[in-house]
Amino acid sequence: MGKVSVILIFMNEGEEFGILGATVSNIKEQNGSVIIVKELTKSYGRLKAIDEIDFSVQKGEVFSLLGPNGAGKTTTVEILEGIRKADAGEVAVLGLDPWKDGYELHKRIGVIPQGFRFFDKATPREAILYYAELFGRKVNAEHILKLVELEDAADTYFEQLSGGQKQKVGLALAMVNDAEILFLDEPTTGLDPQARRSIWSVIESFKLQGKTVFLTTHYLDEAERLSDRVAIMNHGKIIALDSPEQLVSKYGNSKKLTLAGDERMYIFLRKSADMDVTMRDGTIEVPLKQSKDLLKVISLIENSGIPYSGLSLKNDSLEDVFISLVGRMNEGELD
Amino acid sequence: MNLRRVLADFSVFRREYLRNKEGFFFALVFPVILILLFGAIFSGNNHSPINVYALNEDNGPLGSSFLNSLNQSGAIKVIIAPSGSVFPDYLLKNSYSQGILIPSNFTYSIHSAGKAVIIMYSNPADTSTQVATGVVNSVAEAFNLKLSNSSNFIAIVQKSVNESSPSYIDFLIPGLIGFTVLTSPMFSMVNLSAEYKKSKFFKQLSLTPLTKGEWLTSKIIWYVIISMISFVLMTATGTLLFGANVRITPLVLPFVIFGSLLFVSLGMLVGTITKSIESAGVIGNIITFPMMFLSGTFFPLSIMPSWLARIAHIFPLYYIIDGLTATMVYDNLRSALIDLAIILVICLILSIAAVMAFKWREE
Repeated sequence: MGKVSVILIFMNEGEEFGILGATVSNIKEQNGSVIIVKELTKSYGRLKAIDEIDFSVQKGEVFSLLGPNGAGKTTTVEILEGIRKADAGEVAVLGLDPWKDGYELHKRIGVIPQGFRFFDKATPREAILYYAELFGRKVNAEHILKLVELEDAADTYFEQLSGGQKQKVGLALAMVNDAEILFLDEPTTGLDPQARRSIWSVIESFKLQGKTVFLTTHYLDEAERLSDRVAIMNHGKIIALDSPEQLVSKYGNSKKLTLAGDERMYIFLRKSADMDVTMRDGTIEVPLKQSKDLLKVISLIENSGIPYSGLSLKNDSLEDVFISLVGRMNEGELD
Repeated sequence: MNLRRVLADFSVFRREYLRNKEGFFFALVFPVILILLFGAIFSGNNHSPINVYALNEDNGPLGSSFLNSLNQSGAIKVIIAPSGSVFPDYLLKNSYSQGILIPSNFTYSIHSAGKAVIIMYSNPADTSTQVATGVVNSVAEAFNLKLSNSSNFIAIVQKSVNESSPSYIDFLIPGLIGFTVLTSPMFSMVNLSAEYKKSKFFKQLSLTPLTKGEWLTSKIIWYVIISMISFVLMTATGTLLFGANVRITPLVLPFVIFGSLLFVSLGMLVGTITKSIESAGVIGNIITFPMMFLSGTFFPLSIMPSWLARIAHIFPLYYIIDGLTATMVYDNLRSALIDLAIILVICLILSIAAVMAFKWREE
């Protein structure tokens, strides 16, 4: 009975309905979700690249998949794009099965693969016009070049562009078909800080146009700045999924005390403070569970007689959450 | 198959190809260089005059007028040896092959005895000896006629007896067309498909409405055009510069078209089934080079030992060159059609294999 009601809803919405619609009917666009993934699994030989992951992405959202190298990010995004076949599980992108309906799907999404490339001796302008012909679209090349800040390099051969400019050609091509979802696989890897910021501003302009952006990255600052929601992935599993703020408050220790000191201070605090004290590059961090811990730790430090400097109180960042989550998983604390 | 997308892909590929100077060189300049080179080496119709050294000991005028006549023949250049030398020693010492000695009493003997002798020294091992001897003989003949005050009853118009029988350059043109049909797709498609696979450029293209059939079609169109242009360039060069005598018939077209299709497919196949760009290059060369030299490209198969000629039959290029030769040189329709049928079968197998092995995306 429940199944029938679902079908009725689709027919009311004017959705195309067919055999294929029936097979993926239970995960077609629901509540504004443009990407729905259920129990997705993919293995390469004995290596489980993706291990039964679930998530959905809302329309207009910037969704980031964050994880260390080899976590399964690219495999996930390639399955969503329909250029890699899943072993098991269900995937719907804009209500389509990416593998079976890839050809239809590709007209509606924009993709910048990792290490985007184009013909060495073609210019960004020619690239845009080429894609426009392939998609059968009339485009204003000048307008697109301006949007991705490539006007000055419009007639430079691709091989002579900088890394950031090459990625921008990718962004420009993703605009040609007026895509509903943009998939960006590590768009700023290997770029200098200025080029990264410049790419970020283009991604933010996509969001302003109401487009959905699916981003994979291993840069935490990038995910924190751009995303509405972040899924942290490691060893093929999603270990946390929420907005950056929520992730920090859920998994982070809300406050931490940092100071510069040597081994003696570190060992002293570990022994006497009964807290999870860590030391990295001469900076000692003391996570604070409650506010009264602050007074306790400060008096311990003051009374120890061991020299220290640069005492300060900090909020956890997404990076701290990430390192702690991935670290805990690698140590076997998380499933 | 959408023509607009094929044309869009064709024009971006064409620009890429022509902007790469090596591509342009190998496609259009190299075949012309080849035909100039081989044409110049093997076409025998523009000999420079043969150097003949002469010692004129004659006291009268006839000796030097005989040498003048030899010079005017154009085929011989008379170089006067220093007087006072012992003539045969002089020739040997300088490694000269041809020499003429006109004795001191040459004019006197003719006038008094009506008979005189010219001594010709030559080296039988030298290929120019026959020509030089022939020229000297005919000049002597003309002199005899003039001296005896008789006239030429028979005028000889010189013509080659084998005007209609094929010469080396005639074989060279279909051979070098086959060479272009083979090398221009093989050298670039192998590398290109291996590289596009490695850099995931194929995956990227799979995310556009372009299909792999459309992509392959635009490549085939390009290589057919390249082969057609070099066909025209080589035939024109061969005919105008070296007097080649080949027929241009519509049957040439299917050989060039299906030949290009065949080697685009083979190149794709090698590029897609190999693991790396390097191994693709090595295997590509292992296939290309023996085929290039053993299929009758530069020399007719008939000059090869028969076992080697039999090996040539395993190469698809052999049937292309043999078929082109049959139609362009011999006007042998039946033989050309048999070759064409064989090419079509190989072409079908290879292009299906290439399309099946060539994957836009991964399982």
